[in-house]
Formats: sequence, C-alpha cells, structure tokens
Amino acid sequence: MSAADAYDPSGPARDFHAAALRRDQWRERMGLAGLAAPALLLVTVTLLVPVGWLFGLSFLDDSGAFSLEHYRRMLSEPSYARTFITTFEISLATTLICILLGYPLAYFLSQLPRRAANLCMIAVLLPFWTSLLVRTYAWLVLLQRSGLINTWGIKLGLWSEPLQLVHNAGGTLIGMVHIMLPFMVLPLYGTMRAIDGNLLRAAASLGSTPVHGFWTVFFPLSLPGLAAGASLVFVLCLGFYVTPAMLGGGKVTMVSNRIANDIELFFNWGAASALGVVLLVITLMVLVLAARLSRGAGPFGAGQGS
Amino acid sequence: MRQADDQQRPQDAAVASGGSATALPIAIRQLSKAYGAVPVLNDIDLDVRPGEFLTLLGPSGSGKTTLLMAIAGFLRPDKGSIRFGEREVVRLAPHKREIGMVFQNYALFPHMDVARNIGFPLRLRRMPAGEIARRVEAALDMFQLGGFGGRRIDQLSGGQRQRVALARAIVFEPRIILMDEPLSALDKQLRERMQIELRQLHERLGTTTVYVTHDQREALTMSDRIAILDRGRIARIDTPRAIYDDPGSRFVAEFIGESSFLDVEIADGVARAGSAIVRARDLPTKRGRYAMVLRPERLRLLGPGDGDGMNCFDGHITGVVYQGDTLLLQAALGDGSPVSLRLTTNGGGAPLPSPGAPVRIGIAVADTVLLPDEARGAL
Repeated sequence: MSAADAYDPSGPARDFHAAALRRDQWRERMGLAGLAAPALLLVTVTLLVPVGWLFGLSFLDDSGAFSLEHYRRMLSEPSYARTFITTFEISLATTLICILLGYPLAYFLSQLPRRAANLCMIAVLLPFWTSLLVRTYAWLVLLQRSGLINTWGIKLGLWSEPLQLVHNAGGTLIGMVHIMLPFMVLPLYGTMRAIDGNLLRAAASLGSTPVHGFWTVFFPLSLPGLAAGASLVFVLCLGFYVTPAMLGGGKVTMVSNRIANDIELFFNWGAASALGVVLLVITLMVLVLAARLSRGAGPFGAGQGS
Repeated sequence: MRQADDQQRPQDAAVASGGSATALPIAIRQLSKAYGAVPVLNDIDLDVRPGEFLTLLGPSGSGKTTLLMAIAGFLRPDKGSIRFGEREVVRLAPHKREIGMVFQNYALFPHMDVARNIGFPLRLRRMPAGEIARRVEAALDMFQLGGFGGRRIDQLSGGQRQRVALARAIVFEPRIILMDEPLSALDKQLRERMQIELRQLHERLGTTTVYVTHDQREALTMSDRIAILDRGRIARIDTPRAIYDDPGSRFVAEFIGESSFLDVEIADGVARAGSAIVRARDLPTKRGRYAMVLRPERLRLLGPGDGDGMNCFDGHITGVVYQGDTLLLQAALGDGSPVSLRLTTNGGGAPLPSPGAPVRIGIAVADTVLLPDEARGAL
C-alpha cells in the first residue's frame, strides 16, 4: 500500500491502480450484462430453442429419419406455391393500402402542433387497446350479408342485393389494413416529426414551390420511416393468422392458415415446420432488404438516413 | 414535379463570381403582427437602403426574428406593406420573393451532397447542367470549399456547413439576403473570423442584407446600420458608432455595450450627481432625473493633478479582474454606486491596484452622455 501510494515516476509502481481500474471496468460491464441476462434467457428459451426444434423437425419424415420430403413436397405441389403467392399478394396489397392511407395521415399529424398531434395519436393508437379478436369480429359483424353496412346500403338504396363484403380477399384486406395501419403511421410520424421545418423554408427561399419542396426535400427525408413502416407491416402480414382465418372464410389461404391446417387436421408437424422455416427465411430476407433500402435504420428506427 | 418559374430572371446571365445585379431597397410600412392579444410587431416602419447591411438587434422576444420571417414570407403579418424596390411583396409566396436566406441551423439538405445543395436553386431555375456545374464550382472556390463538392453534409464541420449555406444562398444571385443568427452555433474564434468574412463578402457583392442577431458585438462589427428592437418596436436605428456613443435611451445603452449608470438630477440648468456638478457635451435643458452613461473603457483612473476637462468622482476599488489584454476594475463611488473600468494592461510586472484602495475616476466631458431616466420617469 504505502509504497504504491507514494509518487515515484521512476519506481516499479508506475501503473498506479491500473489493475484495480481494469477490474472496476470489467465489473461495470458484467453488471450491464447481468441486467440484460433475464431477457436474453427468455428469448433463448421461448424463441431460439423452439425455432431450432422446428427447424430440426422439418428435416424429419414420419418415421423420424432425416429427409427432405417436406421441402420436396413444397416445391412439387402447386398448391403450396399458390399459398405463398396469395400470402405475398395480400401482404403487399395491405402494405400498399397502408402506405396510401398512412402517409398522408402521418404527414398531417406531423404538421400539427405537438399537443394536437398527441391527441390525434391517441386516436391512432386506440385500436391497440382492444383485442385483435374483438376487432376482427367487429368487422365480421359490420361486413357480413346481414351486417350493418349491407343493411344500411340497401335501406339507403345504394344497392339492392347484399354485397359479398367478407369471406373473401376484400374482407381480409379491410380487416388487415385496419389492424396494420398504426404500425405504418408510428414510424412514419416519428421520422416526419424529426424533419427540420427550416429545410422546407430553405427550399422555398431558394425558389421551390411547396409541391416541389415536398418531393425534393420532405419525401426523400421521410423514406427511412416509410421503409421502416412498410417492412414492419409487410413482415407482420406474412405471418398473420387470425384475421385472414376469420374474414377470409377459407377462401384466402395464407401460409399461417396452412400451417394451422397441417397441424390441426393432419397432425403433420414436419410439414408445418418446413412451412414455418421457409416463411422465417423469407421474412428475414425482406428485413435485410428493407434495412439496406433504409440505409441502416432498423425496422423501428426513425433516424434520418443520410 | 418541377414547377416552372413564375418569373423570368434576366440577371441569370451574370455569374456567381461576377458583379452583382442592382441592389434592391426594402421599404416596410406599418407592419404588425400579434399572437392573440400579444403584439410581436407593432406598426414597424423600416427602410433598408439598397446595398446596405442592416442588422436587427434585440433581446429574445423583441420581434427581430418575426420581422425577418415576415420579410422572407414565412410569416403572414396582420397588416402592413413590404416592398422590394417598387414591388409589393407582402402577399407574395416565399418562393417567389427571390431572397437568399441563411438559417441559424444552416438548413442544409442532409440527403444531398455539398454540390447538390449549392446547385439546388440553379436546378430550380432550369439552368443547363454545364452552367450549374460551373457556377457551383465557382461558389465552392469562393468559399474555400474546393474539392468538397462530393462531401455529405454530416461530414462537414460547423464552419464548413456555414459556408455551404452561404454559398447556396447567394449562388442564384438574389437581390436581397436575409440571415437569421447564422453564426450563433459557431465557437467564439470561428464566429469572429466569419464576421469579418461575411462583411467582406457583403462588400464584394453589394447585396442588400438584413441580418438578425442578439449579439451586440456582432452587430457593431458587421453592420452599416443597426435597428434595435424592443417589444415589437424599433427603439433606435442608426450607425453602430452613433448608437454606441449616444444611445439615446437607457434601454439602448444597456443593450449595446457594457455600462454603469449614475443618477443625475438637472435643475436650473445645472446637472448634479449627488453634490458633484456634472458637465456634458450636450447638457439637456429640461429639469428632471437623468442617467449618466459610464462606459468601462471611457473611464480613466486619475492621478493627483489630472482631471482637466473631466467629470471626476472619488471612490474605492471593490474588485480587480485580470483578463490578459485588459484589466477590469470594479469600484464603488462615494454614494455607493458601482462602476466598472476597463484598462489596458501593461507588462513589466507593474503592481495591480488592490481592493479597498481609494481611487479617483474621471470621464471626459466630451464622452459624458445624459439619458432621460425612463425607469424613474424622467421629465
């Protein structure tokens, strides 16, 4: 103690406290890691292990031997291809409609004073506080043959025969767009709020009309938010089960419905696992692509791509 | 999505580095703006002369930025007239006003590189690509940014961003330039260098410039004239020197430069501070209470026998602050009024005055200015 505490630049104890300081730093890091440990453990147990297990199952045939049977069937049977195409079509359509509805809404919100915007944001988020199942049933009630919309439409003389509004792709889209819209608006709004209003003023002072300023300055800067929202909605749609199952009426088969069928009807865990693996791979590919497009901003990132 | 320009611009033929188009005067009449019941601009009348560098100076909330935004067209006034030359612009959209504007945070487009930022107004004017490249290059050179054309904005330092913002604002040769505290984000040394550069740029271009700042030293350094705003009105407009030497009101004296004030009472043509008689360059004739302006650098420490042509006060030193180039002395006069003196320092290890020492302080009669004391209701 006493020798190390005395200052002697030429002496042997020149690294005063170096070892102890290193130890402190290490302890601090371990402390941080310790805070993250419960979550990491949870993710491992509830996500990595089951996914790994499914992954393994998908390579086993009924007898439990290694086989590529499930993947081979997916390639050979055209119904599988159709399922994937339907899934992509519905997801893409939902994403596009969400963009068309969500972009102007987010723009409007971003231009409001902050207090008013917060109030409107509550309205956007309100559906989150209701169960997904309830919301989907509500659409069923509204859209079915004897539902509110058909009854009123006929009463008002807009159409005479009940319209087929549900149990088809249209009904599925209506329900999915309704549920997905907040996921589009939130990242868009965050990105748009972060765009400095002076940029548009600068564009105007340099001679830009409001429309031109929007397209050359505002829109490019909102793209990271758009990419984040679009990829979020698209990925969520890919694995969506409840709404297509209820509003699609069996006519709209998405991958998740097919997985459910494989398990509930055919008890074919291998086939279901293989579908799950393919869906997961596609989803990851979409996320990577989206991250590339938005240049580093993650799916929840509201950063300004530079 | 490009929109055709509303006006043809004959001055397009000129080049960024070349002579400027004729400078435009700005005439503002009875410009008013209120937010609810709170007036921010109160019947402002202001003439900016062609080619002039005019600074709007005032504390925050004085309306200086509001006034600038109204000139730029980003703020719709409640009433009033703004003319650029002969043209009434008060209802004209900002993008038709042909002003070069520099913002406090530069407002550079982060998704465009330096060259595309500077070329933005030129592309809007549908200039041929070769011409744009040439002008951007000239602008880059002019601001010592040669070779930076391909840089992203976030790769630039504060001073470089400032230059890009300036280049972008002048490259299309606007006849009016507006600047909203453009140097406030820079550190002190860079700010002082940019003040000189901006001033030189203005002398070269000769473009009518309206500059907003809350920094009185910046205003004094750069301006042809300063308009001092106070609660939505113009309290004073004049050259820096005229304002500094004769502030005209206590508000202006407090805002421009440092000063202490001494209560003075005028009765029967004689001005008295306590019992001492005060002489002044222009002694007001009206009786009442006045404030005598004591600028730190105009005060002298008097030795025995000094004091010809001066108003002299006895006091003692209360504080000594050595600041390198100057020495700031705080003193209390006989009646307890605090004053500050700024003296140049000498080398040679001369002893500094010490607190408590008695001193005699003088100010030349020619430097003595008496202002009506608004705070105490002069007259």
